[in-house]
Amino acid sequence: MSTAAPAYTGVDELPVALEEQGPPRLRRLLLDHPRIIVGLLLLLLLAVTALVAPWVAPRNPLAVDPDNARLAPGLAHLFGTDELGRDVLSRVIWGGRISLPVAFVAVAVGLTVGGAIGLAAGYRGGAADLLLMRLIDGILAFPALILAIALVAALGPSLKNAMIAIGIVQVPVYARLTRAQVLQLKGLDFITASRALGASATRIIGRHMLPNLLNPLIVQVTLSAAAAMLAEATLSFLGLSAPPPTPDWGFMINTGQRYLINGDWWLTLGPGAAICIAVFGFNWLGDALRDALDPRLRR
Amino acid sequence: MFEYLVRRLALMVPTAFLVTVGVFLLIHLTPGDPAVIILAESYTPEAAAQLHKDLGLDKPLPEQYARYMGRLAHGDLGRSLRNKLPVTQAIGERLPATLELGLAALCWSLLVAIPLGTIAALRRGRTVDVIASGVTVAGISMPNFVLGILLILIFGLVLRALPVGGFAALSDSIPDNLSRLILPAIALGTFGAAANMRFTRSSMIEVLNQDYIRTARAKGASRLRVVNHHALKNALIPVVTVVGLQIGAILEGALVTETVFSWPGVGKLAVDSIFGKDFPVVQGIVLMSALSFMLANLLVDVLYAWLDPRISYA
Repeated sequence: MSTAAPAYTGVDELPVALEEQGPPRLRRLLLDHPRIIVGLLLLLLLAVTALVAPWVAPRNPLAVDPDNARLAPGLAHLFGTDELGRDVLSRVIWGGRISLPVAFVAVAVGLTVGGAIGLAAGYRGGAADLLLMRLIDGILAFPALILAIALVAALGPSLKNAMIAIGIVQVPVYARLTRAQVLQLKGLDFITASRALGASATRIIGRHMLPNLLNPLIVQVTLSAAAAMLAEATLSFLGLSAPPPTPDWGFMINTGQRYLINGDWWLTLGPGAAICIAVFGFNWLGDALRDALDPRLRR
Repeated sequence: MFEYLVRRLALMVPTAFLVTVGVFLLIHLTPGDPAVIILAESYTPEAAAQLHKDLGLDKPLPEQYARYMGRLAHGDLGRSLRNKLPVTQAIGERLPATLELGLAALCWSLLVAIPLGTIAALRRGRTVDVIASGVTVAGISMPNFVLGILLILIFGLVLRALPVGGFAALSDSIPDNLSRLILPAIALGTFGAAANMRFTRSSMIEVLNQDYIRTARAKGASRLRVVNHHALKNALIPVVTVVGLQIGAILEGALVTETVFSWPGVGKLAVDSIFGKDFPVVQGIVLMSALSFMLANLLVDVLYAWLDPRISYA
């Protein structure tokens, strides 16, 4: 209808970081940083293995077979059998179905609760900021793992409580990160401009702030997934997570340790390796993403 | 400096308050009546009433907290439910073993981290650096109980070179004490070693890019001299802060390591108390670890300001 240049339509045309990131940028990011691909593949392998566990695990992870207890690794049982004759390889494969979701839920709790606290504190400022940040200081005053263990000890050991406890421990890092970013963004011209144009707080946060928060949060999510996996492994090693006979990596090591003195190394080695690979995968990916996405490290 | 200290201490007051509330509420987080869980099979209404009285659970919550704080002010953390020992004494008896283990782990982590981190920084991008980076990611990805078990397997059961657990008092036999210390110290200190190595490396790289380093080199100082006399001191300032926080959180790792190696420290006491439903001891240990962590945070900040005069206290 009109051939004139498109009229200025308002806040939508203000710079938004996400709009600069199309698929070509993603492809270039991956090509420039092959370490990201390595990390993603490693984690994908773990996730897929856990997902298809019922089909790839050679045996039922709960099937007890006392006649074949503590068999050394061999053709029938690649990772050997445990003290009840259960197939260790199958239990390791199924174990991913416990550890990965715990890390996922814990990070989700930390991200949503911590992110909301950080947004509120940073955006509102004033008394809200002061109060919320003192609360965060209170959580941070405890060494993270001690707090998680104390919470689970009080709430009662279970998978659900382990997720909650690890999630709570993750809250401060997201609250602080989000708050710092919001404070920085609040002073920038494009935010002031969109506020001057009458954009609501929801719109400013949703449309202009969240996209700019994405990069640091992606890096943090990956690194804290590693921390959450470590925490879950530790809780379950101490017997404070999923109850037996659930195939859980940490607890498998706990029971396997008792037979170490007899030389039965295979009870602990498989689950130990699984934990290390999973945590390594997240740490590796987090490192690679930080190198690629963190502007402070870009040279 | 004095003003800064006062302000930092004032900021600690609300945090310390929150910490005591948190620790106090710990027992109230337990779903249902804690007496049911603590007494388990030996539950009778009379025993439960007695326990409620002993723990003060029969009073309203604010009064319970006031009493708790009152006792705390006198250094009274209550008594263990298992052996009736004062909690302070129970912790105090175990503390030397944990401190010995923590100190040994710290020595191990620094002995590994500083030289290797420096070398990696000097050889940035070369094979040594790439290998070192891989090793550090592996180091921070291995839970200390997995490493502990691996060490037991290799040094204790295959090579039969070292004892795999237990403790001998330093006063009884120094060689026995030390030989039992090596494996747990390595298991506990390796995570810190990997983390500190990363810090040393990145901090060293930053320092080596500074003008004064170039000046020193231009004046004809050897590489070794520049690193030892000019770069290392400044590069280690950020490392000091991380190490300080690690000392404050020593109990965190000790909890698991002491369990793996049957090391009779505070960490093992904490785990045993959790399973023994010994709430006063658990509360005492959590409180102690939070307070020492807070104190370490404060000391680190002060130390940081003192080490680097460029940091203002304003």
